[in-house]
Amino acid sequence: MLATRLKTIPRTIALSAITLPLASCGEGVLDPQGPIGKAELILLCDAAAIMLPVVIPVILLTVCFAWWFRADNVRARYRPEWEYSGRIEMIVWSIPTLVIIFLGGIAWIGSHDLDPPRPIDSAVAPLEIDVVSLDWKWLFVYRHENVASVNQLVVPVGTPLRFRLTSASVMNSFFVPQLGSQIYTMAGMATRLNLQADRAGTYQGLSAQFSGDGFSDMRFQVVAVLADQFAAWLDTAKTSGGALDTAAYRAFAHPSKAVAPTTFAHVEPGLFETVLTGWTSAASHEEH
Amino acid sequence: MLGKLTWSAVPFDQPIIMITSGVIALVLFAILALVTVKGWWPYLWREWITSVDHKRIGVMYVLLALVMLVRGFADAIMMRSQLALAAGGAQGYLPPEHYDQIFSAHGTIMIFFVAMPIVIGLMNFAVPLQLGIRDVAFPVLNNVSFWLTAAGVLLVNLSLFVGEFARTGWLGYPPLSEIAYSPGVGVDYYLWSLQISGLGTLLSGINLTTTILKLRARGMGYMRMPVFCWTALASNLLIVAAFPVLTATFAMLLLDRYCGFHFFTNDAGGNPMMYINLIWIWGHPEVYILILPAFGVFSEVVATFAGKPLFGYRSMVMATMVICVLSFVVWLHHFFTMGAGANVNAFFGMMTMIIAVPTGVKVFNWLFTLYGGRIRFTVPVYWTLGFMVTFVIGGMTGVLMAIPPADFVLHNSLFLIAHFHNTAIGGVLFGAMAGYTYWFPKAFGFKLDERLGKAVFWCWFIGFYLAFMPLYVLGLLGATRRMQHYPDAHWQPLMLVALAGAVLILCGIGLTVVQLVHSIRTREQRRDRTGDPWNGRTLEWSIPSPPPAWNFAQLPRIESNDAYWAMKQGAHGVEPPAAHSHAPLHLPPSNPTGVLLAFFSVVLGFALIWHIWWMAIIGLLGAVAVGLVQAWRPDHEVVIPADQIAAFYGRQAAEEIAA
Repeated sequence: MLATRLKTIPRTIALSAITLPLASCGEGVLDPQGPIGKAELILLCDAAAIMLPVVIPVILLTVCFAWWFRADNVRARYRPEWEYSGRIEMIVWSIPTLVIIFLGGIAWIGSHDLDPPRPIDSAVAPLEIDVVSLDWKWLFVYRHENVASVNQLVVPVGTPLRFRLTSASVMNSFFVPQLGSQIYTMAGMATRLNLQADRAGTYQGLSAQFSGDGFSDMRFQVVAVLADQFAAWLDTAKTSGGALDTAAYRAFAHPSKAVAPTTFAHVEPGLFETVLTGWTSAASHEEH
Repeated sequence: MLGKLTWSAVPFDQPIIMITSGVIALVLFAILALVTVKGWWPYLWREWITSVDHKRIGVMYVLLALVMLVRGFADAIMMRSQLALAAGGAQGYLPPEHYDQIFSAHGTIMIFFVAMPIVIGLMNFAVPLQLGIRDVAFPVLNNVSFWLTAAGVLLVNLSLFVGEFARTGWLGYPPLSEIAYSPGVGVDYYLWSLQISGLGTLLSGINLTTTILKLRARGMGYMRMPVFCWTALASNLLIVAAFPVLTATFAMLLLDRYCGFHFFTNDAGGNPMMYINLIWIWGHPEVYILILPAFGVFSEVVATFAGKPLFGYRSMVMATMVICVLSFVVWLHHFFTMGAGANVNAFFGMMTMIIAVPTGVKVFNWLFTLYGGRIRFTVPVYWTLGFMVTFVIGGMTGVLMAIPPADFVLHNSLFLIAHFHNTAIGGVLFGAMAGYTYWFPKAFGFKLDERLGKAVFWCWFIGFYLAFMPLYVLGLLGATRRMQHYPDAHWQPLMLVALAGAVLILCGIGLTVVQLVHSIRTREQRRDRTGDPWNGRTLEWSIPSPPPAWNFAQLPRIESNDAYWAMKQGAHGVEPPAAHSHAPLHLPPSNPTGVLLAFFSVVLGFALIWHIWWMAIIGLLGAVAVGLVQAWRPDHEVVIPADQIAAFYGRQAAEEIAA
């Protein structure tokens, strides 16, 4: 009991140290809305709490030593030959070493627990989404629903989201700050990511890897809704949008900036695989 | 005839660029006209441009860096003002195609043409003096290194008004930097200027490494070297190991762009991830190439002005070398978000954190050097204390991002921008300014103005916190780097604070110029006749300021650390060189190889950028010819007769007595 309370004290201090100036603006990484983002914020605060007890005294000691040992302070003792103390050396090497051993353990465990491809433990069946970054927009394909959405990602609350990601041109990074981890999208390669939104709401998504002139408008909204609303949205998307076949995809892939959100009703099966392997097949085609 | 070069390459429709170019051209013309009218050309040619004296070359490196600091800062303040305006739906005043060039140029210039030359310049100037020797191992090569760096500088600046600069960020990640996505000349300007200046850096690294390993004063074993020389050794070893990687990586990208290779393309089996790995295998050591010499400067400054030896010298040396080695096994922390897997990410995260141990030890050792000292609060001490306070914050945020899952939400955010400016400004720049102020009286024989120096410090110190603390916050709020505008209007106040910080730093840069001009005009009052204005501890303070071309008439013999301090404390005191009988000295003559090589390199680089093949052949043949002439030049030396040396020291002694 006491131990748990003691454990939370540094975290509380660190949390308030970081968040106090931001109390008015709950957003971004500081206001996570899913298990991944929450775990990452806790990790961030823990690490800060471990380091601040060393960093703050060092800053204070620098100022104090410099002030006290100023040349005109007659009360300070001048030790012109003092240059070594085995005891201090030992402390000086062990303080950072201990801090780093501690943090290293946290980093090792955290890297494995929060590895982007690792599925989120949940009783709810995951929703599988394929992400393609293009110049300069995002295409989200709901794999089993055969529906696609551009620059808007509607997801059901409390459902694990299982992403496969690739790029149709240059590198981008898929990032929703309030949900947690980002991951690169790269042509010819599929990266994997698992996220989840616990609360209904609209969350900003963006590309976090510079990708050219239209980069700043490569933003999308993640709309987390209740299961029935999601089903309703899927129905609307299935009936109202156009089809995304090869020809439509080619036209869509043409560079464009600040694209308004839209949906496609029927997505050609295997579109993601085509985008993924298109690079190698296009090249082999060229060779013949 | 002129390849891709046409009149459309000059951006006549861009008023900002045309006015800037006009002003630069006018200033250049004015300087050249002044030099011509005053008849300074022979002097400049003989004593500076073709000089092989390591001190002069060091001074030229620092001057080049200060000039480029203004250029790099101009980019910075444009970025800050753009982001202060472009909130909500606003687009600001810089369209993406221009803004993208500005942040790419800012990063490239600040790292390669400000930080590198200022650090190399300080090492060039101080290392041979601290080692008690007459010059570096290869004096002509030293001049060549400088001029190749200057050639890179010229090409980068040429891109401002002939063509364009890269729009890919300062590391030019493919596939964006491949010909398919960047068909213009911008990436070629980037690649060729860095290939040419990178060659200069590599040669400089070889030169200084050889110098430190082979040419120390008699009795100066490794454990008696000043700490600045140790950090310089570590830094130059890193240059020798890392820069060939950069050159090879760029060579592969050039083959992709010019010859249709597929090293890093999307198609035909190319792999952009390989470029990102390779560039950071160079890029992370590069960070330490810059910061280690700054650590060395702080070590010298703390010991000198606290009036006591550096605390834990052996720890310091060990920490330096540990950092030197570890810097090669952390590169992957720049892209944890590539999806390499938990074990790989965790390994590189932990290696990164381990570097914090020797760095932490260094901070504690500076702290205990202050303890028990009698600290004189000179300008270099201000920079050092400012560094110690600022750098531990930057170190902490760096370790935060070394935790892979934390980096998943901070990667590429403004938090990252704040972190590396925290270490680059708080570490490298503060160190460079401390070194500049500390060694200025050695180089020119008079001190810089103290009051203006302190004003410069406060502008940078407060300016830094104003400019970058808001960026930490913005990064946590979800702001990413390289965005030209953003929809969140409530970020604007923080962006405005950051702009205010940049304006304060602008004042700091302005005051640096004022300080220099004012100090030169009042140099007679600030003259230091002793050669030891700070009561220094290392050998550079044992000789007159400015030092004669030969540095040491008698090569010193060293019996302990802090050699000059020991001499001053010794029973005999310091023997004036005038008391000795002198032997004639042999020095290498000035040599035009460097400047000619740089000229042909610029021709070659410019021709390759614009695909003007005949001109490229001329540039290449010219460079080879200059190299051949240099290789077969008659081996003669300048002999300085004994009576001239004796007269020099006689005059010095007389001036000291008169003062």
